[in-house]
Amino acid sequence: MTSYADTAAPAPPAVTGTTRQSAPSPVDGSDAPAREALLQVEDLEISFEQYDRGLRRRTVTAVRGMSLAVHPGEVVAMVGASGAGKSLLGHAVLGMLPPNARESGRVLWRGTPVGPAARRRLAGTGTALLPQSLTHLDPTATVGAQLRRAARLAGADRRTARVRAAAALREQGLAEDVLRRHPHELSGGMGRRVLTAIALMGDPALVVADEPTPGLAPASVAAVLDRLAGIARAGSGVLLITHELDAALEVADRVVVVREGRTVETTDAGAFTGDGLRLAHPYSRALWRALPGNDFEVTAC
Amino acid sequence: MLSGEGLWVRYGHRGPWVLRDVDVDVRPGEVVGLWGASGRGKSTLATTLAGLRTPDRGTVQVDGRPFPTAPREGPRPVQLVLQHAERAMNPRWRIRDVLAEARRAGDGEVDPADPADPAHGLVDVVWLDRRPHELSGGELQRVNLARALLARPAYVLADEISSSLDALTQALLWQRLLGEVRERGLGVLAVTHDPALLDRVADRTVVLPDRAAVDGEDGLDDGDDGGRVPRARLRPAPESRPLLPPGPGHRRIANRFTIGSRSQ
Repeated sequence: MTSYADTAAPAPPAVTGTTRQSAPSPVDGSDAPAREALLQVEDLEISFEQYDRGLRRRTVTAVRGMSLAVHPGEVVAMVGASGAGKSLLGHAVLGMLPPNARESGRVLWRGTPVGPAARRRLAGTGTALLPQSLTHLDPTATVGAQLRRAARLAGADRRTARVRAAAALREQGLAEDVLRRHPHELSGGMGRRVLTAIALMGDPALVVADEPTPGLAPASVAAVLDRLAGIARAGSGVLLITHELDAALEVADRVVVVREGRTVETTDAGAFTGDGLRLAHPYSRALWRALPGNDFEVTAC
Repeated sequence: MLSGEGLWVRYGHRGPWVLRDVDVDVRPGEVVGLWGASGRGKSTLATTLAGLRTPDRGTVQVDGRPFPTAPREGPRPVQLVLQHAERAMNPRWRIRDVLAEARRAGDGEVDPADPADPAHGLVDVVWLDRRPHELSGGELQRVNLARALLARPAYVLADEISSSLDALTQALLWQRLLGEVRERGLGVLAVTHDPALLDRVADRTVVLPDRAAVDGEDGLDDGDDGGRVPRARLRPAPESRPLLPPGPGHRRIANRFTIGSRSQ
């Protein structure tokens, strides 16, 4: 097991700053080395200690070797079946794993190894989670209260929090009266915009979007993907966790294919074309060919 | 033929109509797609056709006989498969028992290793002694479909069965269903919002109209599929029971189901 230098990342979250300008700009493509990765995960392994029956313990290994890198301004899609460990990796990046989780391997933030505690401190300002479901909103608080809280956590004082909450809503194309609504008064699409506004409040350099599209009508899926692409165009990195390969290919620059807790291939999104012969791993090819628009076939791999 | 005729369904006595005079037929050996934006009553129609919900008006018939029949005679010939497999089975049962519940009397043990067994190709033998939470979402959905097929149904209602699954599992589930359609004339109602999947599996597609639009002149929805697919037939509301006028005051209710596709 690797021991971590449990230090904060080079860009510590601005705790007292009241404006975004006071914090170091999260993305600085100009003077940083051109392709320095925001996030690098190397051979991550995650296992859980569980009590089986009585005091008998067992260890379940859920992630057994995942590697990926996300650079500023790009969308990286992580694609695989449910149970492959995709969401666990996302949670590990944010330092959100439960206490009985054990991990090994390395996670680097802008080139510096960061342990779980340091990653937890980065969450909200350096990294942010865009969760799948609206249940991540507090059902008892208004949208305004939740946005203001997010702004406060990102370092704003009481007055600026109010201004930033309204601005964040406008940025997502929502009217100001949404501030007074409770989550149950939002449609699915509006709720997702609110979640996006909260995630972007701390001006994160990396957004981890965990399954943002299932169950949405095609038009809403396009809207969500478009928003993710917009985040990347604005200079942040986006890690899109999804099981929907066709949706991922619409926005992703690179695709990481995972299977049973391992990354099997990292490739340019453009490699998913034709018969999939540009894909190196048989599993990636099988996934590609299984799409209803392609062969819709189950190939052994 | 599985047919729903003039189906009217709403939740509660005063709620807005979720289904308004909907007619649907599924013939043996055909796959009928059911399409419509969320909230249009796709899942309500599926549970009604499965006999799990009694329509306020209208009838469901299987091969010319009213369905469901009373008293029950073993597993029903219409099986509903839901999107969330984990909500459709008892979390404390082992997979072996989940599957055994769907067997017809005299069918013997479930044996996925036997190529003649409906569970063959869907269920792995090592899953039998596990509980639902010990399988991944895709594996559990395979069990869910196997359970429906073990009842040897004449019709399967597939309600978004693959929309939270990866492409490979989706293809596996549908190839299996399409195989049953070809080989033994199973009739399938495919509920999905994925146009690519519908194009692939459905012989024809029924579009549920937007309920707001039903009250307008033509009763057609605003989709861009004009004319390409037959729509559910619409009739004017019966005089005997006037409907509340539609308006912004009408809250749409979420169609939530916690009901399992439990087979008897």
